[in-house]
Amino acid sequence: MEALDQIRDRLLARFSGASVALVTNPGPAAEHSLLLDPAHAREIALFLRDDSALQLDYCSNATGIDWPEKEIVETKKVSVLDPAGGPAKITEEKTKRVEPGCLEAVYHLYSMALRHGPVVIRMRTANRSDKVNLPSLTPVWRSCDFQEREIFDLYGIVFDGHPDLRRLLMWDEFKDHPMRKDYVDPDDFEWEPTPHAGVLDRAKMHYSAPATLAVSAAPQPEVKP
Amino acid sequence: MITAAPAPFGQSSGPTVRRVNDPLHGDLLEVSMGPQHPSTHGVFRMDVTLDGEVIVKLKPVFGYLHRNHEKIAENTSYLSSMPYTDRLDYLCSMSTNWAYAMAVEKLSGQAVPDRAQYLRVILAELTRIVNHACLVGFLFNDLGTSFTPLLYAFREREKIIDLFEALSGSRMMCNYQRFGGCRVDPTPEWLAAASKLVDNFPRFLDEYETMLTGNEILLARTQGVGRLDPKHAVNAGITGPVLRACGVNYDLRKVDAYGFYPRFDFRVPLGEHGDTYDRYMMRILEMRESVKILQQAFKVLPAGPIMDPKAKLRGFRPKPGETYGRLEGPKGELGFYLLSDGTPNPYRYRVRPPSLINLTLLEEMCLGHTVADAVVILGSIDIVLGEVDR
Repeated sequence: MEALDQIRDRLLARFSGASVALVTNPGPAAEHSLLLDPAHAREIALFLRDDSALQLDYCSNATGIDWPEKEIVETKKVSVLDPAGGPAKITEEKTKRVEPGCLEAVYHLYSMALRHGPVVIRMRTANRSDKVNLPSLTPVWRSCDFQEREIFDLYGIVFDGHPDLRRLLMWDEFKDHPMRKDYVDPDDFEWEPTPHAGVLDRAKMHYSAPATLAVSAAPQPEVKP
Repeated sequence: MITAAPAPFGQSSGPTVRRVNDPLHGDLLEVSMGPQHPSTHGVFRMDVTLDGEVIVKLKPVFGYLHRNHEKIAENTSYLSSMPYTDRLDYLCSMSTNWAYAMAVEKLSGQAVPDRAQYLRVILAELTRIVNHACLVGFLFNDLGTSFTPLLYAFREREKIIDLFEALSGSRMMCNYQRFGGCRVDPTPEWLAAASKLVDNFPRFLDEYETMLTGNEILLARTQGVGRLDPKHAVNAGITGPVLRACGVNYDLRKVDAYGFYPRFDFRVPLGEHGDTYDRYMMRILEMRESVKILQQAFKVLPAGPIMDPKAKLRGFRPKPGETYGRLEGPKGELGFYLLSDGTPNPYRYRVRPPSLINLTLLEEMCLGHTVADAVVILGSIDIVLGEVDR
């Protein structure tokens, strides 16, 4: 199989206006990946699948990663000249910058026909709150069907063009996305909304006082100072 | 007769029923099969829409066993997830352990000594035999032969599980692999007992096949049922025996040549029709090939250490990076995607569950068949809900 930077160059030559970046992996596995821009990702995925030299017909794994926004403190050493003519003083200057967070979808592609791989492609959302849409690759590889539903469920990435985007593992009424790094467990795991919740609320109107009435109505022992 | 035309193969029929009330034909019936149903192999639900007895729509519903395995693993160290991977698939803890150990070794660039590599192959193939023997038994249960084939399989499984217990201390939750090797070294007695068991295993297989393979009920109920064509199977990421039953030659033991598999002489059985009968035969033939691998492995198992001396279990921190490690589990491609940020816990830990992804085409396989056939088709896919729901 050709190297990943060759694939990238071919993609850039073929799709004008698309941005394809090489993301290097510093670990010993050295599985580098291609970062696709969401606007062209579907076309590029189709090309990767159908190109005769690549034939990546099998998307093995699709998963999400959460990157919360990070505050990065950079220290820079600055030498300040001593006005009295002494040796220059070296002080540390700290600059803070906030790296914006995003949600990422990662796909591992292999070729069953040519028996090579993996080619790793990834896409990033614009942020983690309201711009969380990415194009679905399920029309290209059907194996992404349940996996993208799982990413939607656990990370909250909305896949445009997915044929049946519903929660996969959590129940439909569940609100949050539990695999996000800033997810906080609810205090009451047992509670979940039921169709009867509204009925119970309306029933409360018929009681004159809260249920603790029996306790508070009991005579309280007087406490003498 | 099917009134609502099924969607073209390979396309989901979408979230809603197209025609529920057809004035000429009567109503379609929506039935929720499961989650508490013996034929669903656990807590799994299929929302089926029936036209008479024929399935016109089927939606699998997951999540009854969801415990967010991945989140739990992201909050503990790499090693503490090892026993938890046993719980993914209670039939195949040895191969699941290996898949995880392999992914971590790939992430940290560790080497594994020869003896450990052979032991891993031995235990993974024993696991494959356990899984396939049980699966065939369960498949016959789904066909209505109440428990006899299953108990024959369980008798053999018990012998292998006894070996696992003697080696690792636990029958099903083995927790045996470590990063850079294995946990305990088997004694010569253990190896002799295992080798004897493997030598006797073909006799069981012959007996089993005499009883089952030409069985009239099996032939009538499985041939031509639940067909899967190779093009869609590849596109839907179906792996393992289910894929090979359609004739696609893709076995990671050959393709990735991981572990010491290139040193063994074995063949990959392939089906032709992609129906339930071929999937049944795949399991039988793979057991025969596993026996071949095991017999070779016991002959050449070298002496030596079982752990890489440089392996560090406590305070293990892989360098930042990511990796995807995969192996041919008994159910299909079992993968672990790990992303390290240099801390003792994985930043991202992901299990690629073969059971879940093999269900992608369940609807397409069942459309046009009866409810009773859907039970058999599901049984032939081989799912374990601990892995589907994670």
